[in-house]
Parts: sequence; C-alpha cells; structure tokens
Amino acid sequence: MTLNQILNSKFINNFLSVYAIWLREFKVYLRERSRLVGSLFTPLLWLFIVGSGIGSSTTLSIDVNYQKFIFPGIISMSIIFTSVFYGAYIIWDRKFDFLKSVMVAPISRETIFIGKTLGGMTNSLIQVFMLLIIGLFIGIEYSVISILQIMFVAVILSFLLTALGLGLGSRMHSLEGFQMIVTFVVFPLFFLSGALYPLDNLPDWLLFLTFIDPATYAVDALRNSTLGIATYSFGFDLLLLFCSAIITTLFGMLSFRKMRAV
Amino acid sequence: MINIKNLTKKFDKIRAVDNVSLNIQEGEVFGLLGQNGAGKTTIIHMLATLLKPTSGTALINGYDIIKNASKVRKNIGIVFQAPSSDDMLTGFENLKIHSYLYGVPSELRVKRINELLKLVGLYERKDDIVKKYSGGMRRRLEIGRGLIHKPKVMFLDEPTLGLDPNSRKSMWEYIQKLVKEEKITIILTTHYMEEADTLCDRIGFINKGKIIAIDTPQQLKLMVKNNNNNNNTDKYIGDIIGLHFKVTEEINSQDNNNNNSPILTKNIEILKSFKFVKKVEQKRESENKDLVLILYVDNINYNLPIILKSIDNVEYIEFSQPTLDDVFYTFTKGRIAEEPEGGFMERYAQYDKK
Repeated sequence: MTLNQILNSKFINNFLSVYAIWLREFKVYLRERSRLVGSLFTPLLWLFIVGSGIGSSTTLSIDVNYQKFIFPGIISMSIIFTSVFYGAYIIWDRKFDFLKSVMVAPISRETIFIGKTLGGMTNSLIQVFMLLIIGLFIGIEYSVISILQIMFVAVILSFLLTALGLGLGSRMHSLEGFQMIVTFVVFPLFFLSGALYPLDNLPDWLLFLTFIDPATYAVDALRNSTLGIATYSFGFDLLLLFCSAIITTLFGMLSFRKMRAV
Repeated sequence: MINIKNLTKKFDKIRAVDNVSLNIQEGEVFGLLGQNGAGKTTIIHMLATLLKPTSGTALINGYDIIKNASKVRKNIGIVFQAPSSDDMLTGFENLKIHSYLYGVPSELRVKRINELLKLVGLYERKDDIVKKYSGGMRRRLEIGRGLIHKPKVMFLDEPTLGLDPNSRKSMWEYIQKLVKEEKITIILTTHYMEEADTLCDRIGFINKGKIIAIDTPQQLKLMVKNNNNNNNTDKYIGDIIGLHFKVTEEINSQDNNNNNSPILTKNIEILKSFKFVKKVEQKRESENKDLVLILYVDNINYNLPIILKSIDNVEYIEFSQPTLDDVFYTFTKGRIAEEPEGGFMERYAQYDKK
C-alpha cells in the first residue's frame, strides 16, 4: 500500500471524522471564553464559600478539614456539570441546524457520538486540570501517581457522563428537556455522590442511593488518591466506573442511532 | 439523475408529501415552489436521507435513498434553510472539518477548500470567524461547504431567505456560476418567484404535498393564460397592453351620442380583427383626459410591433406580462397556508444570531 492509500483508507477516514467532530468542539470551547470562565467559577464558589462556610462549624469523624475533604467532590461536581450539560446541549444543536449538516455527511451515528463524547471529555479534563492547580492553594499535595490516578478517573467519569447527557439529550425534543435533565439527573448525581459528606454514617436508604450513583465511585477514588481517605478500594471504584461507562456508552450510541435528524 | 417514485410522508394524519413522482435530468436546475407547509422541505429532507419516507422511494445517481443512504450522501450536497455553519469557526475551518467528514483525499484537501472559497467569493475572508460574516456570506459558505466532496446533486432549501436584494442577486450569480462550472444537478426551493424564474430550468408547484403543475417557467406562464381564456377577462392574467393616444380633438372628441371619433372607431376595428387580440376595452380617466385602449393579447413580444405598425397616433404604451407570481396565485388561489410553520426556531435562529 502506498502512503496515499493508507491515508485514504476507510479506517483512517473514520478516525478523521471523529477527529473532525472533536476538533470542532475543542475549538469552539477554547473560543467561548465566557463559558470557560463561567464553568470554572461555580466549582470555586462551592470550594471556597460552601467549603469554608460549612467547614467552619463542622467536624468530620476523620481528621481532615472540610474544605480539603470536599475538594475531590468538587472535581467530580465540575465533571458532572460540564459533561452532562455538554451532552444535553445537543438539544440546542438540533434546534439550530448545526447537527443536521453533520448528520447528512456519509458517516455513521456512532462516529458522531464518539467524536462528541471525546469533545465533552476534553472540556471536562481542561477544567479538572485548572481545579488541580487551585488545589495547590488549599494545601492538597500531589504525587506523580496521584495525578495519573486523578486523570484516569476523570477520563472515565467524563466519558461516562457525556455519553449519558448525549443519550438523554438526543431523546428530548424541546428546550424544556434541558431543565428536566438538570433537575432529575445532574443534581441527584452530584448530591448522591458523597461529594459533600462522608459515606460512613449514612442511613440505609441514602447509602443505597449513593451506591447506584456512578459518581460516588469517582469521588471515592479521587478522595483516595488526593487525601488517602476511601470507603471502597481504588480497584473496586474503577471497576464500577468502567462498567457504568460501558452502559452509558451503549445507551448513548443506541439513542444516537434512533435519533431523528429533522 | 434523480428519480422520485411515489414518495409519500405522513406526519400523524397529515400527508405532508403525497405520492410524488418526478424525474430530474442531469445538469438541470429544478425549482420546488409552494406555500409554507406545502411539503417542499420534507421532500428535500427525504431525498437527503434525513427523513424516512412513509412509502415510495427515490434514486439519486442510481442509489436508493432508503437502501443505499450512505452512497446517496456521498453524492449530494445540501444547504439548509437556516445557516448551519459553526459561527465560532473560520470559513476555512468549517470547510476543513467537512472535508474530513466526507473523506476528501488528503492530498486534495487544501487545494479543494481554497478553490471553493474562491468560487463563492470568500477566499479573502477565509480566516475570519463566521460570526463576522454577513447573511449572504454565510449562505455562500454553506454552498461551498456543500460542494466539498464534488457532489452530483445539490439541494438548496430557500438559499436566499432573509437576504437583502443585493445579496440575493449576487447569490443568484454564484448559483449560476456553479451550474456552469461544476455541472451539477440542483433542486432548490424558494418563495421568490423571480428567483425561480431566473435560475430554474423547470418548476414544480406543490400544494398539500402534491405536485399540481410542472413545466418550464415560460410554459407555466402560458398555462395560466390558457386557464383563464374562457371569456372571463376579469381573471385574465395574460399580456395586457394599454394604448394611450395623442390628445387631439380629432381623436378624442365624441359626438353627441357618445360615439367615438371615426379615427378611433377605425383603430378599434383593426385591433379587433387580429386573432391574437382577445378583447379591447376603452377607458377615459376623466373628462378632457386622453383615451386609453386596453388590449388583452397573446404573446406580446411578437405582436406588439404588429399592433404598433397597423395603427396611428399612439402617444405612448403601457404593458404587463404575467410573472410567476401570477402563476403562483392562480395555483394557490384561496389556499392560504393553514399548516403550522414547523421551522419557527429555524427562522428565529437566523435573526437571533449576532
């Protein structure tokens, strides 16, 4: 095969299509400064206002200050909000014809889905990176291993949740659907994840609910690698995250395949 | 190039497209005209494989839109009603992303993009973000984008909607250039009759999902005349001539019995003797004003010289020919668009963009 044949093969074309969709998302993200600033500001409010406020009158059973304790939770929160919003944003895309021009191209829905999911993942990871830097100022200590662990968890969680958001968004037909997703998906994912409280002394019903929230395992894993505090083992957390990611990816792909173009 | 066979689309109980069959030749520019909600866009969406027909199908360049959707997509380009380019990207980036999506060979990519940007007159602005483009420039970018993979067929869904007259004219020029240089088949929908008249080789009128008339713009105009020829000049939309005579005593005066002057009587007789003159009316706007003869004639382009040669004393003339607007009114008489306008957000999106 000549170089040109390789460059124009079907595999490379599929790869380039995914790359093209990702590239669009990435460039738009970098150019939408207001979105970038806005999405970073909310986690900071939580970390510094809620963290300091509640932290000043709360003593945890474990020996760590509250602000540090919720830091891994705030990283997860940032991923939850960014990823699910990003996915659900597809409702807008469809209203305004952007998506139609992609759906009429000779590429599969799966390709579009993967490209979009990677785009959402990238957005989340950039934010995680910035939050990690802010973590230095509240006294979080990192090692090379903990950074790698954090990024790994962030990759899986953001993929999982973008896929979920895209799957849900592609089934909605009105902008009110966006509000539904925020109320019934984003907030429960966040509040049940143990981002703001330890899982140790929870009543059974609440413990059960945290158990079925995939973000719980991300928070647990992140807390493990940043503070050395954990309810489950790191491996167990990863396993459950991984399984959830497979489920949401299948759900997302199926929804995309069924999605009406117009 | 395009064979549509019994294409039907039902939404709930409404037949948006009702058993449409149609053949379009290679290199033809075909116009789909009709009121809002008539089914134009639905037809285009089905042909572009974005919407599954309820029944029937179509072949594009020999590929079935249902069984061979992916092949069809490689053969078509489409410009949607509302601009769908990403306004946060530059013109060049928009085309580049689509060149990836359509698998344009790597060695041709940049060359092709630059060619197209030149074709649609955006080369100088290629590195500007699309947000800074005018409405007309955005549409042109979409056309360029739709051509990136050298499609055989191009769909233009109201390509000049919401553009000012100048941008519209220049858009027409680009479309005509496109037909000449790229030799592609075009289906376009429009609400502007002048546009259809200028650009289209053939026009299909759609009403309630059915094609009710299909022909060249010239033939359609004739059709309207013939439809209305049943001695009912009130509805006659054919060519009309108004002959204004010189204001002289000799011609204008009428005798006590309100009879015309001999000169005028003679002229009217001559006019009535022509076969192509369907009816002659005389009108005086007021006392002491000059007299006007109103003639309803066929084929004004050939017959006006004959008329002028055979009668004297004409001061000046007025005339009008039916336009496609008249054709449109005739076909849709009394049928004001009753269907809800589905694309509100699409239209809204256009005006909302900064």
